[in-house]
Amino acid sequence: MTTTAEAPAKKRSLPWFLEFYNSNVGRKWVMAISGIVGLGFVFFHMFGNLHLYEEPARFDEYAEGLRDFGEPIFSRTLILWIARFGLLAAFAVHVHAGFTLWWKNRKAKPVGYERQQFVEATFASRYMLITGVIVLAFIVYHLAHLTWGLEFLNPSFTRGEARENLIEGLESPITAGWYVVANLALGLHILHGAWSLFQSLGVTHPRFNRWRRNFAVGLTAVIVAGNVSFPIAISTGLVGS
Amino acid sequence: MLETRPDTLDSKVPNGTLEEKWTGYLNSMKLVAPTNKRKFKIIVVGTGLAGASAAATFGELGYQVEAFTYHDSARRAHSIAAQGGINAAKNYHSDGDSIYRLFYDTIKGGDYRSREANVYRLAEVSNEIIDQCTAQGVPFAREYGGLLDNRSFGGVQVSRTFYARGQTGQQLLLGSYSALSRQVKLGTVKLHTRAEMLEVVLKDGRAVGVVVRDLTTGEITTHSAHAVVLATGGYSNAYYLSTNAMACNGTAIWRAYRKGAQFANASFTQIHPTCIPASDEFQSKLTLMSESLRNDGRIWVPEKAEDNRPPNQIPESDRDYYLERRYPAFGNLVPRDVASRAAKRQIDQNKGVGPLHNGVYLDFQDAIQRLGRDVIEARYGNLFEMYERITDENPYDVPMRIYPAPHYTMGGLWVDYELMTTVPGLYAIGEANFSDHGANRLGASALMQGLADGYFVIPYTIGNYLADYLNTEPVSTDDPVFHEASAAVRDRLNRFLANNGTRTVDWFHRELGKILIEHCGMARNEAGLEKALSDIPALKEEFYADVKVLGENETLNQSLEKAGRVADFFELGELMCRDALNREESCGGHFREEHQTDDGEALRRDDEFAYVASWEWTGESSDPRLHKEQLEFENVAPTTRSYK
Amino acid sequence: MNLTLKVWRQDGPAAAGRFVMYDATDISPDMSFLEMLDAVNEQLISEGQLPIEFDHDCREGICGTCSLMIDGIPHGPQLSTATCQLHMRKFADGDTITIEPWRAAGFPIVRDLVVDRSAFDRIIEAGGFISVATGSAPDANLMPVPQAAAEAAMDAAACIGCGACVAACPNGAAQLFTAAKVSHLNLLPQGQPERLMRTVNMVDTMEEYFGSCTNIGECTTACPKDISLDFIALMNRDYVRGKVKQRRLTGQRA
Repeated sequence: MTTTAEAPAKKRSLPWFLEFYNSNVGRKWVMAISGIVGLGFVFFHMFGNLHLYEEPARFDEYAEGLRDFGEPIFSRTLILWIARFGLLAAFAVHVHAGFTLWWKNRKAKPVGYERQQFVEATFASRYMLITGVIVLAFIVYHLAHLTWGLEFLNPSFTRGEARENLIEGLESPITAGWYVVANLALGLHILHGAWSLFQSLGVTHPRFNRWRRNFAVGLTAVIVAGNVSFPIAISTGLVGS
Repeated sequence: MLETRPDTLDSKVPNGTLEEKWTGYLNSMKLVAPTNKRKFKIIVVGTGLAGASAAATFGELGYQVEAFTYHDSARRAHSIAAQGGINAAKNYHSDGDSIYRLFYDTIKGGDYRSREANVYRLAEVSNEIIDQCTAQGVPFAREYGGLLDNRSFGGVQVSRTFYARGQTGQQLLLGSYSALSRQVKLGTVKLHTRAEMLEVVLKDGRAVGVVVRDLTTGEITTHSAHAVVLATGGYSNAYYLSTNAMACNGTAIWRAYRKGAQFANASFTQIHPTCIPASDEFQSKLTLMSESLRNDGRIWVPEKAEDNRPPNQIPESDRDYYLERRYPAFGNLVPRDVASRAAKRQIDQNKGVGPLHNGVYLDFQDAIQRLGRDVIEARYGNLFEMYERITDENPYDVPMRIYPAPHYTMGGLWVDYELMTTVPGLYAIGEANFSDHGANRLGASALMQGLADGYFVIPYTIGNYLADYLNTEPVSTDDPVFHEASAAVRDRLNRFLANNGTRTVDWFHRELGKILIEHCGMARNEAGLEKALSDIPALKEEFYADVKVLGENETLNQSLEKAGRVADFFELGELMCRDALNREESCGGHFREEHQTDDGEALRRDDEFAYVASWEWTGESSDPRLHKEQLEFENVAPTTRSYK
Repeated sequence: MNLTLKVWRQDGPAAAGRFVMYDATDISPDMSFLEMLDAVNEQLISEGQLPIEFDHDCREGICGTCSLMIDGIPHGPQLSTATCQLHMRKFADGDTITIEPWRAAGFPIVRDLVVDRSAFDRIIEAGGFISVATGSAPDANLMPVPQAAAEAAMDAAACIGCGACVAACPNGAAQLFTAAKVSHLNLLPQGQPERLMRTVNMVDTMEEYFGSCTNIGECTTACPKDISLDFIALMNRDYVRGKVKQRRLTGQRA
């Protein structure tokens, strides 16, 4: 016999945004927004890197252009630093929300099934945490490898020589392979995330809903194709110094 | 025949013309002031349409309510399975409907065996029900203009049925469940789930509480109140195979009966004509297909007995469209009781179809040719799908097979105009009472009656009783009457558990069902009923000697739950047969073969049987005592129902 | 047909459970899945073994009581079908069928295959209603409801509250159930006054018992009534609005 009882009263003393973030639905909303920021970054990052396929000087011009962005209204690299901090914040929130929700969900499903057949669930949707962790690890590595140029990862790194750094950094098939794997993980993450964000934000319309899926697939294809092409092109020598 | 004792059966119908009775009652009944309502405690047993709506309304009014359901949630009561719709006299379609016509159709449909004043009140409040449910968010079907749609249903000439796809009962129940849930949150209603009422407690002749078993822990608890309302549904499951849910049972009303509440018209049971026939011995229930199928389907059997050809190979000339032949005016749309009996007659003549020869065809070929498959699919697609899921046959290609199945019980606890049983303080509402449907219920009227009782009748009438007990405390659960009642409940449970028999509860239930459907089903006769009256007690004796219930009381134990229910069905089934034997006439769902016209139609005997047969328990070893409530027809003169 | 059943048995909420193998012999393909279990139980009782406890009631797919994980899919391999309407002809002779209870922290096991789904009731109590006291309703046709809106509300209202969505969800989330309940009322004009309050209260209550939605979509496949994922999006939108919008102004149009 279950007899009705009052649900325990929840504390309501937090600022509204934190309270919102404390709810799972709110946290998913935040994940969607920060995910969009990340998607934008990944897309434009890939697009900018396509300069690799132009004459060698263009790539370094592009890299320099990012630092000059916003001049002369803003001082050099100001916009870049704002963007970097914005990205870092979005990233931190995304990761925090992701891990905490994963933890909550584990507790909400403490015992699994002896046998479970998934019908609708895709590989991408079920392993968001794993692909996310791979992407997280990759981003740290990628920054260390080609932005900070840490000695033990990239001994030939020269600050300012973006194109040379890239090509020398990816010449080794092992490094290139790791880049490819990480980008495939990123692709899976986007494949689900770029669809899922519409649901989390509550963007639904019967006429356009199928385009949410198409959008995710298209975006994933473009980003993965672009990103994977760089290490392959470099390690196979199609693009060289 | 025993003497009628009118003193015990005061129907309390108010004076005045039909139209004045309910208003007059409302104007003159005793009121309980809002601030005093919270001093009263009411127990509601059952949370289907009637129970949930009553408990919610009591809570809104300010009473302290304790509600009980044996389900895991109040949303699961079997009201949820009603498909067709709910009637109301809104006359939104200007087809000449009115409160009077709804009243008239219900009286006539019930074959003149219901109480005029109650039925008129039911018709009067029907409109308020639609208003209430719509405001609660019940998604009734709409027309393009946004206003409510209606359809016509079962043997009436107006469109007065409101519906929500084929799930009207579900939507209405979710509506009253939501109202109940709101009160639960507000704290006015304390809801106990997985809690089965096993005894009514009386003190000085008044109902003062109940004994309840917690179905998950086996704990026996007692609860006291100023009044007890039973909303526990009907007893079709006495037949074992019925369209009712597996857990539906008569225990609550039977316990009340054994404590002095009289039981009326036990033999008035409705056998619904369009159910899917049983496919084997282990069939656990029968599934109803909405009656609306008869609007387009044609019912037939092979002309010759034992014709085993597949239906599509039987030419038109070898088919007997027996309803169209016998009832040219109404054809396939005759009322439920008539259609059911006609099907039984065909099967008795060995014309039954299907592997077990236990069905008749319901054929949509003509309708598909006339209207196109799309139209049929739009109208009945979900039903066809359900049929195919169960039988693995596609009704677009092969005719459906249907057979009648017990569906609803018009009989129940006798109640007066205020819905109080013969035990003061004990009320019965919804299908649990002997109700407003007489000897046959019309389609889409059960939902109406359940909600009428719960929302718009008992919330008023209960005050008239409670007012006299202002500033009295409910009887303490420490009172000896509670101890005795809970001890009796424990003894009964222990008896089942200690009985080291050989047969399962289900086996006995199936055997009981066979006896009842054979002798007290669609057609009854004296010899058969006499046989049933000797077979049932014998089976009951065997049950107590040989039933095997494993496990213990202190845990979830569905066999133990069932044992108590089946034990009560034996006694209830016996009363059904006794009532059927007493009623030497044919009316509505009750067909006595001795009383039929030359062409096999029901023969009512108004001069002798225009009464409610109300039975009083007199003890284990003695026969129940019959009381008669004479039915007065001041407004509608009984005529013979003819659907020819 | 002869089958082997691998069934989860657990004596009580706190007891340790285990799988037990049973033989189901001479099963007719026309039996429903639950009738097959009835037959096995009859056999068990006659052998003096405790029958398998499982929840069931109407056996026509509408009450939402039946709740079995059959071969790794809630309500079994036939989609859009509740366990009670699943028939044995969907299995092959000699099959081994794994039967498990719904698994989620919000659905503690009562015994064997029976779970406690009363958390769903708590969600409804938090706001799954329109506050209209008996007798206070205006005429039903006073407020027209566009047919498309009524149909959409009905699509959501078709939910039978069985919990298959929670059972299917790897996160143990009850989003589909709650979204169906929220949307049913939020889509109707009658539900507008309490719309935002309802959504926030129901979602907050849901989250006390269940996990969060990661839009995997397994719930909607498991749902015997095909409740759409779109309702989850609608609920999320209303939740965010409910947290942000100044409710004193919600009476304004547009």
